[in-house]
Amino acid sequence: MRRGKMKLAAAVLFFLFLGASFITGFHPGLETGRNFRLFTLDMFKILPCAFILIGLFEVWVKKETVEKHLGEGSLIMGYVWAFLLAGTTVGGLYVAFPVAYSLYKKGAKLSVIFTYISAAAVFRVPMAVFEASFMGLKFTAIRLLVSLPLILFSSILLGRYLKKKNFRVEDGEMTLKKKKNQ
Amino acid sequence: MLLFYAGTAMLLVFSFFKDKKKSLLALSIAWKRFVRIAPDFVLVLVLMSLILAFLPNQVIAAILGTGSQWVSVIAAALIGSVTLMPGFVAFPLCGILLNQGVSYMVLSAFTTTLMMVGVLTFPVERAYFGTRATLLRNALSLGTALLVAAATGFFFGELG
Repeated sequence: MRRGKMKLAAAVLFFLFLGASFITGFHPGLETGRNFRLFTLDMFKILPCAFILIGLFEVWVKKETVEKHLGEGSLIMGYVWAFLLAGTTVGGLYVAFPVAYSLYKKGAKLSVIFTYISAAAVFRVPMAVFEASFMGLKFTAIRLLVSLPLILFSSILLGRYLKKKNFRVEDGEMTLKKKKNQ
Repeated sequence: MLLFYAGTAMLLVFSFFKDKKKSLLALSIAWKRFVRIAPDFVLVLVLMSLILAFLPNQVIAAILGTGSQWVSVIAAALIGSVTLMPGFVAFPLCGILLNQGVSYMVLSAFTTTLMMVGVLTFPVERAYFGTRATLLRNALSLGTALLVAAATGFFFGELG
């Protein structure tokens, strides 16, 4: 309850700040408003489709399928799938998190999930093309080729560690449920 | 982008064609998941627009462009971690910085942390995976970004 109220108060404060900046012409405030509108539009262009796809994935894809290809039994192919999926993810981390959460709930293993999240951060194909056009192909190629093995290595490390600690994504789910009850 | 909309629409139509009840369930799952995480998304958007307004590009350029390489790399990694910007803002900015003489190594640290390390996306990531996993993933990502930056410096002959 308290956290919900705090969030509401923060939101009110934020919009008051925007309103006051608009009236007084406070430059950083105006800039904030412009950014907020721009980023919100950008994000909400993608989110409806992303969540519909997640919903479809939840009802149509069988748990066994995910377990077989991305679960504990999957060896190298699980990571290959994670990279392919990451490359075609649109948006950014804000899409990758809910997708990863769905995958985990369907039985994908932790190291594959973390590989997917980090790879989706650096390796989305449209973004890489955009990057190369500004920074040159060499820069982008180096960045991708060096980061991919590191991502794989650190994800496996993190997956092993959390598994040893008996980590469950219920941890995360609980946070969500608590919020719902507020 | 259009392809993405078209693909989603096609899958949805196909799904309804095959099983109406399941498709409605899918939509309800989509809606519930979205509503549950939406406040955290808004929080991230608020933080992102504030920090970008109060940390204008000239300031970022000034911090990244001066001093020794390694100080700049660390500064770039820190700024990249605490800020968050969409690609359509970040890469044009990096292009400008490159023309101003900021090294590839520094820009690599900046872009990689920008993408992989999310101090601002922390509320969203934690809601899904819990605090511990989130902290560890971000710490490992920071390490990865620094190694990638060092490699970039090496391949562009900027070390030394």
